[in-house]
Amino acid sequence: MSWWTVLAIGAGSYLLKALGIVALGGRRVPPRLQACIDLLPAALLPALIAVNTFVTDRHLVLDARVPGVGVAAVAAYRRAPLPVVIVLGAAVTALVRQLA
Amino acid sequence: MTSDAPSTPESAPEASSPIAASLLLALAVGSYAVSFGVLALQAGLTQAQACAMSLLVFTGASQFAAVSVLQAGGSPLAAVGSALLLAARNTVYGLAMAPVLGGSRARRAVAAQFVIDESTAMSLAQPDHKGRIHAFWATGLGIFVCWNLGTLVGVLLGDKLGDPQRLGLDAAFPAGFVALLVPHLAKRGGRATALLGGAGALVLSPVLPTGAPILIAALAVLIGLRPDPATVVS
Repeated sequence: MSWWTVLAIGAGSYLLKALGIVALGGRRVPPRLQACIDLLPAALLPALIAVNTFVTDRHLVLDARVPGVGVAAVAAYRRAPLPVVIVLGAAVTALVRQLA
Repeated sequence: MTSDAPSTPESAPEASSPIAASLLLALAVGSYAVSFGVLALQAGLTQAQACAMSLLVFTGASQFAAVSVLQAGGSPLAAVGSALLLAARNTVYGLAMAPVLGGSRARRAVAAQFVIDESTAMSLAQPDHKGRIHAFWATGLGIFVCWNLGTLVGVLLGDKLGDPQRLGLDAAFPAGFVALLVPHLAKRGGRATALLGGAGALVLSPVLPTGAPILIAALAVLIGLRPDPATVVS
């Protein structure tokens, strides 16, 4: 890989981050739009959860991640602290892989 | 709806939790950086290029995508394209983080480099403004350090390390995201948005390039445009 490729990805990634926070951020936005922006985590987190749990190389798969994230979801719903939820998810997944 | 209110007594017990969680998350992410370092060498990057990528790009998914495209024999242009497609969600995160990270343009320009999945999610999960700022920097800087150290370890050790999947670390990310999601479900339209976002990303994943489904799932926020039922009914 050439240094140009490294620099292009680096510069592009930074500009994409800065576009949201520097160029567009810090302005008063209409309440309807603000309601949408407030919902961003509610839309993006489930998308990340779904993709990281059920997708491998653009294929839908059911593997050891599913029970791990399932147990983590129950713990999270019962308001377990975040570190506990993370460790539970990883541990259950590792255990299921060990047993399989 | 001001977010400058001092933290309420209810939120006080959680005060130490974001930092501990940030550190734990940073360590899990760091272990992935080790695998990135290893994979980058296999794909033909030099040690210096792999480390420069982690410093400059600092978006795990983009880096893995670029390296995997090159490994599979793709062109540099395809590598740049897939990396930037994955990085585009950070623009959306930046929009959400701008009110939290106010201040001068220069300050926001520095903060921009640390706007990633984890720092945004951890920050927005906090109940008050101060907690959001702390969580953003703790998570962003913690992960930056671990991500770059991990990459360095990866390129130095090469293939001598085990598979992070054996420890279930690939499930650590979605597990953490689940916990971060819970408070957002209580918002107006939160559950519907979450359902649409998650289902949409899942359905689109087999048909669209990696990264695109998450971007499109962000459109689920348009549920926020619905008129407030409270003002319509009563």
